[in-house]
Amino acid sequence: MKPEIAMNQSEMTIVKKESQKLKRWKAFYKKFKRNKLALIGGYIVLFYILVAIFAPIISPQDPFKIDLVNKLQTPSFDHWMGTDDKGRDILSRLIYGSRLSLTVGFVSVFFGAAIGIILGLLAGYYGKWMDTIIMRIVDVLLAFPGILLALAIISALGPSLINVMVAVGVFSIPMFARIVRGSTLSVRKLEYIDAIRALGATDVTIIMKHIFPNILSPVIVQATLRLATAILSAAGLSYLGLGAQPPSPEWGAMLSSGRDYLFSAPHIALFPGIAISTLVLGFNIFGDGLRDALDPRMKK
Amino acid sequence: MLLFIIRRILQTIPVLLGVSLVVFLIMQMVPGDPATLLAGEGATKQTIEMLRHELGLDRPIIYQYFDYVFHAIQGDFGESLRNNRPVLDEIMIRLPITLQLALASILITVVLGMIAGIISATKQYSMADISIMIIALLGISLPSFWFGLMLIYFFSVNLHIFPVAGWGTIQHMILPAITLGAGGAAIVARMTRSSMLEVVRQDYIRTARAKGLKEHIIIYKHGLKNALIPVITVVGLQFGALLGGTVLTESVFAINGLGRLIVDAIRTRDLPMVQGGVLIASVIFVFMNLAVDVLYRYFNKRIDLN
Amino acid sequence: MKQLNENILEVKDLETYFFTEEGTSKAVNKVSFSLKKGETLGIVGESGSGKSITSLSLLRLIPSPPGKIVGGNIFFKGEDLLSKTDKQMRSIRGNEISMIFQEPMTSLNPVYSVGEQIAEVIRLHQNLGKKEAWQKAVDMLKLVGIPSPEKRAKQEPHELSGGMRQRVMIAMALACHPEVLIADEPTTALDVTIQAQILELIKNLQNELGTAVILITHDLGVVYESCDRVAVMYAGKIVEYTTAKELFENPKHPYTIGLLNSLPRLDMDQEELTTIPGTVPSPYNMPKGCSFAPRCAFAKKICEEMVPDLQHIDQMTQVSCWKHTVQWDREFVVHEKVGVE
Repeated sequence: MKPEIAMNQSEMTIVKKESQKLKRWKAFYKKFKRNKLALIGGYIVLFYILVAIFAPIISPQDPFKIDLVNKLQTPSFDHWMGTDDKGRDILSRLIYGSRLSLTVGFVSVFFGAAIGIILGLLAGYYGKWMDTIIMRIVDVLLAFPGILLALAIISALGPSLINVMVAVGVFSIPMFARIVRGSTLSVRKLEYIDAIRALGATDVTIIMKHIFPNILSPVIVQATLRLATAILSAAGLSYLGLGAQPPSPEWGAMLSSGRDYLFSAPHIALFPGIAISTLVLGFNIFGDGLRDALDPRMKK
Repeated sequence: MLLFIIRRILQTIPVLLGVSLVVFLIMQMVPGDPATLLAGEGATKQTIEMLRHELGLDRPIIYQYFDYVFHAIQGDFGESLRNNRPVLDEIMIRLPITLQLALASILITVVLGMIAGIISATKQYSMADISIMIIALLGISLPSFWFGLMLIYFFSVNLHIFPVAGWGTIQHMILPAITLGAGGAAIVARMTRSSMLEVVRQDYIRTARAKGLKEHIIIYKHGLKNALIPVITVVGLQFGALLGGTVLTESVFAINGLGRLIVDAIRTRDLPMVQGGVLIASVIFVFMNLAVDVLYRYFNKRIDLN
Repeated sequence: MKQLNENILEVKDLETYFFTEEGTSKAVNKVSFSLKKGETLGIVGESGSGKSITSLSLLRLIPSPPGKIVGGNIFFKGEDLLSKTDKQMRSIRGNEISMIFQEPMTSLNPVYSVGEQIAEVIRLHQNLGKKEAWQKAVDMLKLVGIPSPEKRAKQEPHELSGGMRQRVMIAMALACHPEVLIADEPTTALDVTIQAQILELIKNLQNELGTAVILITHDLGVVYESCDRVAVMYAGKIVEYTTAKELFENPKHPYTIGLLNSLPRLDMDQEELTTIPGTVPSPYNMPKGCSFAPRCAFAKKICEEMVPDLQHIDQMTQVSCWKHTVQWDREFVVHEKVGVE
């Protein structure tokens, strides 16, 4: 008889009562809570989301109001973060800018994830030539260094925030496709899939009921981390003038004028950068925490 | 091994074709007819038609594509719409600068990253470890171009140590290389740390201890070599981010490299230049990946065979 | 000249605890045994009985945190290992006391040749030059029965089979002619046919080099074949300590009896395999009193109340069980402290 480490009485009764799924969620939440840093990340992201939602209410001034008399002012009582080269209040612009950054992030990642998941599922499930073709496409997309693909797309479609969303979305596809393909492949190989196929389950059912739930956790982790990258890329593209156009209060675009006035009014460059950094930091920490909590291999 | 190299090289061909196709197709998406744009305002329909014929725009797209590729292989990427000089020439002037920047940045990424990662892992949970990990977290969260701006502000404007912009001497290289390399260094540091921590838990480390070896020999001789294998992959991935990142860094530091060339070309809608620039950068990247793959396979064959 | 029955290793009341969030685990809970020169001692037990931790404790290889050797003495050639410095321990490991592990697959470093890994320990403890150490390494490979040793020495672990890797481990462990070899389940991960070869190899080398061996296993068959004396461990304690012959012919502790009964027999018709009812207690939640009592068919009230010590019941056998004390047949008063002559 193979002996196992026995649980004491109280543990045994609890186990009998709780269902498997609930146990998993509890374990996950406990692990996640232990990683306090991850919680902080979550709060940061939440903070920005709330700022974005309530922007009109909390913004002290109109972000578009030009006031040339007061331009390039350093932080003061009237303007907590100073004014930019057209006299607009930087703090208000930052607040409204959060909407843009978050929107670009979520839309592009959602777009990239959706397509990536579909491609990954198809490639992993059907295999053979569909796998080869899809993976070649992914390889091609990955063959472009960094944001070059995004640049190319924007050069064709023209500079605008929407095109940035498309461009960043497209360049997010490969990562999701790969991850989903990997997970799909490993689930596909499990014997029970063959068993239910033999029982007559359709492909669609199998994919939706059995494979999809298994790919969710790595996808969510990847999505959170991708949000960080997407926001950085979008800000970068706007910085280059290829994204949101003036007078849009997009953070990257604000940094662009920040460069022009770096010597005379460095605060213009300082604050948008801090905003971007903290939001991205929030997503990164949160994503790290999610990954640690969901990864069964991790043992602290 | 040789077989693997040959197979890998053959694999790059469809990828390269794919890249060229994608670039070509993207350029086709540009609204407006190039001939009309080129002809300028007030041109007659006839002139436009003649121009179209001259540019080969009246032939089927597939033909245009192969025509483009055929010329590209020979080095003819067309001419810049801005100054009519051959695209390739313009790129070739600037490419070395970008490559130098990339090289300097990779050096920072790898050296700084690995050292930081090793220190972090060997002194786990110490002040050094925690600070390094926090800095690394910041490193992947800060926008590189903002970081560059801040560096310029503090070092060039305030302290006057480094020149603000331009290229040419070592001093010119330092700030841009740090800007570009910092993000990668952060990623490498984290990867090195986690890889080393995992290696230290392995059975063969326990065996090494049971042999009576000194702790630092165990870590550096037995552990490090194993730990660095996955780090190679990460460094390889960083090449891409690096090449792409030159675009931003060159803009911030006003460096006359390929990245800036592409960005300017986009702004001025100099499409042949954009096409050529992106294509050449991607081709270089594809070959870099090939080299990294081969290197990784060389170090990893023992694990593959298992 | 050393006498044959001199104790080269004497462990007294060894205690190794693990301090974790779930509580303190007394993995090794006052364990005492001795090892004579050239003898083979078997330590038997199930997973979690503490046998591996005991062996790691001998070389002070316990990962700390969360583990710690908190008490007892380990006398090696008369000196207490627990009071030695790190430097002194390092010169003993691989040199005077060696250890081989269960998984030859993962216990060898994948990025170095096997020859180099053996030569390394030779260079370390015997101060030989590179070339001489390499030659000795090749000689060791020959000694453990690896064909074409010069060629094999240059190969990396993944190029060898499981059995050969374990031979390499043995070569590495015996390269400096240690006086004690600790073998922690050396055959568990190998095929049955290879198991026999490896055990025979260890026995031959033992005879040739005069090494004392501590063989840790959960396989009673291995014990029967290879060991002079045996210590049976359960939940961190030794419950029976006697000669191999006596253990099989005349087991005393109920746990040992249960173990032997649960071995399938080829010479009898068995309808069902006998098992020991119940499960091993959690190390964080040991029962008060004898840790085997909850599963013991003979348990009386004293068993649940007080922990029995390891006591001699005759010259060669020690048992920790109230049943084998003189007062068993009398009724016990619970708080009476019991001694045995």
